[in-house]
Amino acid sequence: MENDTIAAIATAMGESSIAIIRVSGQEALTLVDHIYQGKNKLIEATSHTVQYGHIVHPSTNEKVDEVLVTVMMAPRTFTRENVVEISCHGGLIAVEQTLELLLSTGVRLAEPGEFTKRAFLNGRIDLSQAEAVIDLIRAKTDKAAKVAIRQSEGKLSTHIRSLRSEIVETLAHLAVNVDYPEYDADVLTGQFVVERCKSMQTDLERLLQTARQGKILREGIATAIIGRPNVGKSSLMNALTQENKAIVTDIPGTTRDVIEEYVNVRGIPLKLLDTAGIRETEDIVEQIGVKRSEKALQSADLVLFMINHAESLQKEDLFLLEKIKAYPSLIIINKTDLPQQIDYEVVQAKSGNKKMIPLSVKTENGLDQLEEAIKDMFFAGNIDVNDQTYVSNARHIQLLEQAKASITEVISGVEQGIPLDMAEIDMKNAWQSLGEVIGEAVAEDLIDQIFSQFCLGK
Amino acid sequence: MSYQASNFDVIVIGAGHAGCEAALAAARMGCKTLLLTLSLDTIAYMPCNPSIGGPAKGHVVRELDALGGEMGKNIDKTHIQMRMLNTGKGPAVYALRAQADKVLYQREMKKAIEEEPNLTLHQNMVEKLLMEDGSCKGVITRTGAEYHAKTVVLTTGTYLRGKIIIGDLQYESGPNNQQPSINLAHHLQELGFEMVRFKTGTPPRINSRTIDTSKMEIQPGDTEPRAFSFETKAYIMDQLPCWLTYTNEKTHQYIQDNLHRAPMYSGQIEGRGPRYCPSIEDKIVRFADKNRHQIFIEPEGRETLEMYVQGLSTSLPEDVQQDILRTIDGLEKAEMVRTGYAIEYDAIVPTQLWPSLETKLVPGLFTAGQINGTSGYEEAAAQGIMAGINAARKVQGKEPVVLNRSDAYIGVLIDDLVTKGTNEPYRLLTSRAEYRLLLRHDNADLRLTDKGYEIGLIKEDRYQRFVAKRNAIKTEIERLRKTKLTPNAEVQTKLAELGTPDINNVTELANLIKRPELTYQEIMKLSPAPVELSDEVMEQVEIQLKYEGYIQKSLLQVDKMKRMEEKRIPHWVDYTKISGLSSESREKLQQVMPVSLGQASRISGVNPADISILMIYIEQGGRTA
Repeated sequence: MENDTIAAIATAMGESSIAIIRVSGQEALTLVDHIYQGKNKLIEATSHTVQYGHIVHPSTNEKVDEVLVTVMMAPRTFTRENVVEISCHGGLIAVEQTLELLLSTGVRLAEPGEFTKRAFLNGRIDLSQAEAVIDLIRAKTDKAAKVAIRQSEGKLSTHIRSLRSEIVETLAHLAVNVDYPEYDADVLTGQFVVERCKSMQTDLERLLQTARQGKILREGIATAIIGRPNVGKSSLMNALTQENKAIVTDIPGTTRDVIEEYVNVRGIPLKLLDTAGIRETEDIVEQIGVKRSEKALQSADLVLFMINHAESLQKEDLFLLEKIKAYPSLIIINKTDLPQQIDYEVVQAKSGNKKMIPLSVKTENGLDQLEEAIKDMFFAGNIDVNDQTYVSNARHIQLLEQAKASITEVISGVEQGIPLDMAEIDMKNAWQSLGEVIGEAVAEDLIDQIFSQFCLGK
Repeated sequence: MSYQASNFDVIVIGAGHAGCEAALAAARMGCKTLLLTLSLDTIAYMPCNPSIGGPAKGHVVRELDALGGEMGKNIDKTHIQMRMLNTGKGPAVYALRAQADKVLYQREMKKAIEEEPNLTLHQNMVEKLLMEDGSCKGVITRTGAEYHAKTVVLTTGTYLRGKIIIGDLQYESGPNNQQPSINLAHHLQELGFEMVRFKTGTPPRINSRTIDTSKMEIQPGDTEPRAFSFETKAYIMDQLPCWLTYTNEKTHQYIQDNLHRAPMYSGQIEGRGPRYCPSIEDKIVRFADKNRHQIFIEPEGRETLEMYVQGLSTSLPEDVQQDILRTIDGLEKAEMVRTGYAIEYDAIVPTQLWPSLETKLVPGLFTAGQINGTSGYEEAAAQGIMAGINAARKVQGKEPVVLNRSDAYIGVLIDDLVTKGTNEPYRLLTSRAEYRLLLRHDNADLRLTDKGYEIGLIKEDRYQRFVAKRNAIKTEIERLRKTKLTPNAEVQTKLAELGTPDINNVTELANLIKRPELTYQEIMKLSPAPVELSDEVMEQVEIQLKYEGYIQKSLLQVDKMKRMEEKRIPHWVDYTKISGLSSESREKLQQVMPVSLGQASRISGVNPADISILMIYIEQGGRTA
């Protein structure tokens, strides 16, 4: 638990030109060597030197990224363990792949504050810093817990719960066969277990695919839809969510509060912040709404700025165009079903060459292009997603991979004629890995299941 | 009037399955020991089913034997049949179970106790503990005798404020109408122990002369000789069968019609009953869609016609019990010789114990068995031997012996009790053990004999025989690793004869045995062992090699947990002073007072972040707020 090798992304993710993955632990060098190709093996490198090479996929030999790797041997390191720092090219994809490859070699994803914790436990940092470590662990855990609660209503957890209950039913059945050999329950057959596991395997593979492309981000990309009143913000949001949760009318300023809505756009989760139209207003209620919108803008990872195709550019539009320059944003020219009044070239110039998407929410013409544009921006690494979000995602992927590997071992074990009660070890592992994704891994569940599913006793 | 009676090192109260093991262990470890019991006629009494062993429980009996306990030897001498269960499954879950001759079992255990040189046996009721400076220093009996001792082990079974319930009849009683222990229960409460009320029950008994076994399925014992103890050499081959029959629609209807007379449903029972041992009325209510339930008819001994009706535990009124019996195939004319009953009793909340089974509240006082919230003879005996060992070691100024979850089912049992507590009578199940593959019944001696020897409960000659066995296993495994087969025509022919595919490369026998279709015996045909090996040795060689991959996987898990287990939590830790802990964790940690980070991590409600914080707090010597 304390001596294994851990890794995490040490820099904030996003548009920075370089991202660093830090790896710490006794096996750090050997494990990174599995996915690194350079002039020398890292294990042969002199301590505190920088190596040039490539991260390669260990089985396909495909190059993932060109990297600089810093090798630092214990004890003169931050954690007093062997440390490797991999400098990847910035942006999501290379870092993500590198981290995932690392995790597949047996490196474990670091818990919040774990590097600092190790530094402390190994005597590297002093007493005064310890309290900060505690705060860090607490704060990050609380945040994760809150997010987990929100997520517990989500699709991922529903899916995982149903997988888990399928596993636990099988486990309970196996347990009854073992603990109550004379009880008249059907004895589970290997064939039955294999069939069940194969269907779980398919489910897990599907989940993993969504996880890989969709990232199952814990929080989603905070997306602010802004624009003048009645430009069609709520309608766009509705079109994206396909539900009528925000109020839509023709009276300017009807949407007064920031409403959050989660949607999945081409596998990318967006947290939509519906904002009241931004404008200077005399209306006090409306003013509060505008303040909120400005605030929402500040916390947005992505801005969808809407202007009206059927009106000329207004003073407020120009004001907002100026405001969004600093943000990753898309310009949506709505109402293309009406006659054009706006000058595209002016908009293009004033926005500093942001991508423009003409569409009509009403006729749904152009919505596809919008979704495609969001996906492209995300995969190009143009959207700044904070590192915590990403990390929990990599954690999920790792756990889902573990679960799948365990289920695969159940199948191969049973097919080779291993007794079911032994293959059950792997099945239990799968159950636990899945439990960790949604924060449930209590063994008591199984005992409860046994006694509710079967009528036992003397 | 009280008077000064003799002084002892260790006093054990209660001579049930826990008390007998505790007293024998303490005495054999050189402590002058007193065993007090309410009645000399109920030593090692089995108030419920006449069997010992089965999944998890049978493992415990083997573990007890490896530690130098008595239960295994005693049942080997007194059973009426033995069966190996789960033989159609993997070796990790094979389980040995014996049907006991109850009276004979008691007689043999009583004799073992009487013959033990350091052990004094006396019939008396303990009413109070002698307290000095908050520690337990002896006991006071109803007859006024004050016995002084350095440590006391309390094994009260279901006697504490015991109450028998049959229909609307209720009376204070121990099991099977023995006298209950009332004053001691009140005394424990006065001392500040948190108590819970549990319930258990037993079915009616019938006369075998009045049953028709031709309507039942026979359940014979194994024809192969079986034994629990490493020391047993004489096997009982003359065995009695059990019988299987079923309840039916008539039975269920009859019970439904009389549910209003069941104390379980009329609210007369306050104690929590075990889910794994429900009464027949409970089964019919909770599993209404099941149209029959198994009923095993088991002899209570060789010299009696009394039969135990397994599956029919009940607290329904006597007349209903008699009528229920008569709805069952083969029991139409059955005469009920004892009435089934439910019994309520006091137990202490087991999180009040250290893993040594010493109470946190009263130093010098140890508790074991049903008083700690468990059920089952084997669970009781397991705690008994550990409490006895640790009571003796405390007298001798030695550190307590605590078994880990990866050492033994006994470790799982005690860790569950003292770490998680229990809200129903606790029974061991193989699914409670996370390292089931390591905790096999066939390797209990390999796991624990060293420990039993160190403690002083395994004698030298037995230990030497054990070491010889262990060496033989090691040597043979090494031989199979070194012996290689070359893929030539002669070898391939032999393999074909054994019904297994050709080999492509030079192959170690140790790898070949991993093929599911090959047994050790068949490997021997390819290359016989140079010396003759016992069945036990061959069994070990086969299991250890065949399942090596899975065993390694489990060992890896143990290794991960081990580092946490080894991190001790020092006594000065003050949970109120650790600011980062969640309030739920703080409360739980204060209550359980875990001895290691491993134990702390198993408390429900304590999450990994709390453990990290605790670790940091300990590392810095508690200096931070």
